Amino acid sequence: MQKVYANADEAIADIRDGATLMLGGFGLCGIPENGIAALVRSGVKNLTCISNNAGVDDFGIGLMLQTKQVKKMISSYVGENAEFERQLLSGELEVELIPQGTLATRCMAAGYGMPAVFTPAGVGTEVAEGKEIRTFNGKDYLMEMAFDADFALVKAWKGDTHGNLVFKATARNFNPLMAMAGKVTIAEVEELVPAGSLDPDQIHTPGIYVHRIFEGTNYEKRIEQRTVKPRN
Amino acid sequence: MLTKEQIAQRIAKELKDGMYVNLGIGIPTLVANYIPEGMTITLQSENGLLGMGPFPFEGDEDPDLINAGKQTITTIPGSVFFDSAMSFGMIRAGKVDLTVLGAMEVADNGDIANWKIPGKMVKGMGGAMDLVASAKNIIVAMQHTSRDGTSKLLKACTLPITGLQCVTKVVSNLGVFDIQAEGFVLRERAPGISVNEIVAATDGRLVVPNEVPEMQF
Repeated sequence: MQKVYANADEAIADIRDGATLMLGGFGLCGIPENGIAALVRSGVKNLTCISNNAGVDDFGIGLMLQTKQVKKMISSYVGENAEFERQLLSGELEVELIPQGTLATRCMAAGYGMPAVFTPAGVGTEVAEGKEIRTFNGKDYLMEMAFDADFALVKAWKGDTHGNLVFKATARNFNPLMAMAGKVTIAEVEELVPAGSLDPDQIHTPGIYVHRIFEGTNYEKRIEQRTVKPRN
Repeated sequence: MLTKEQIAQRIAKELKDGMYVNLGIGIPTLVANYIPEGMTITLQSENGLLGMGPFPFEGDEDPDLINAGKQTITTIPGSVFFDSAMSFGMIRAGKVDLTVLGAMEVADNGDIANWKIPGKMVKGMGGAMDLVASAKNIIVAMQHTSRDGTSKLLKACTLPITGLQCVTKVVSNLGVFDIQAEGFVLRERAPGISVNEIVAATDGRLVVPNEVPEMQF
């Protein structure tokens, strides 16, 4: 078994123009920083990106927007940056907005081998347009399809050489779901340890879902809203 | 007329010991400041946390620990982290007892619009559609009218819908309203606000009981 890659550039080297990618994270929390930087260096373009958010002007997926590598974003909440807004209004960028729980569940469905799920989110709204509605116990649900992504880029706190992953705090968010959902899943971790070092009871994502793993470097972990209380 | 803080303070009176509560961004977030002493309320943050604590002390911020508003926060004894699918799973399954969120418009049948203004930059619905589609108990915190005096408590929403027939109670700067089959039922007036002022500011069907007490703080 050889899942360990030396760095992000090697791990993403076969991502081609037009690929569909999943990128973990909520806001800038738990994003695959190294993977995004490598995608920018690679110059790959016409990407469809499935990610809860689209970063800010100069960080996260915002970096890939600046270099015009993204053709389409599938997200629940976007527009924290001016370049995103400019590209959207000029028609350079396509955006599909979907409810956050639907986004999470469509990832989960892919990882659980289920073609579709039913959710009440969006019934009676423009999200429901063109979707099949089924009624269960008197309540309407939308049929939402599992995602089909070529690659998932996720970020974990620790991982081992078998690809087992452990996440930290709210940096977990979409990462384990996307890890399960990618046809090829690339995990970057803050600390890569030999198989056997992690407690099997404490692993969040089993390595069977993870195809490539590398230890990332120079994590910036930028904070979007720094809220604190003063020390007395 | 109630301030934003007073709207939050009034909503806090709806809390009951042991509740799991999801607070939206804006006025709803302020409800956390008015949880009664001795009451155990567990706050759910839909990015994957139950048991949200206060903001950290300066210098203790952890970039891996944020709330759904992307603010740095802390955990408290009993806190637990989970992924986004489980987070919306507990919401969808009706495990969250109370949801408090803001709105641009509410209709007298409980429809809510709070995610999109056509023609303006659209940022997305985030978790709002999931929350309103599944929560049993949804309280909306909002301003009763827009700046030009147009009512936001309507017969029918004019903005794109977030969810249908889901809001159970509205606390506005003018009063407290239960949403029932017959429309907005006026339960309490804000201090100094008359029933007539509320009638004039409400476009949707409004039921005024014989006794409408003034809010007590």
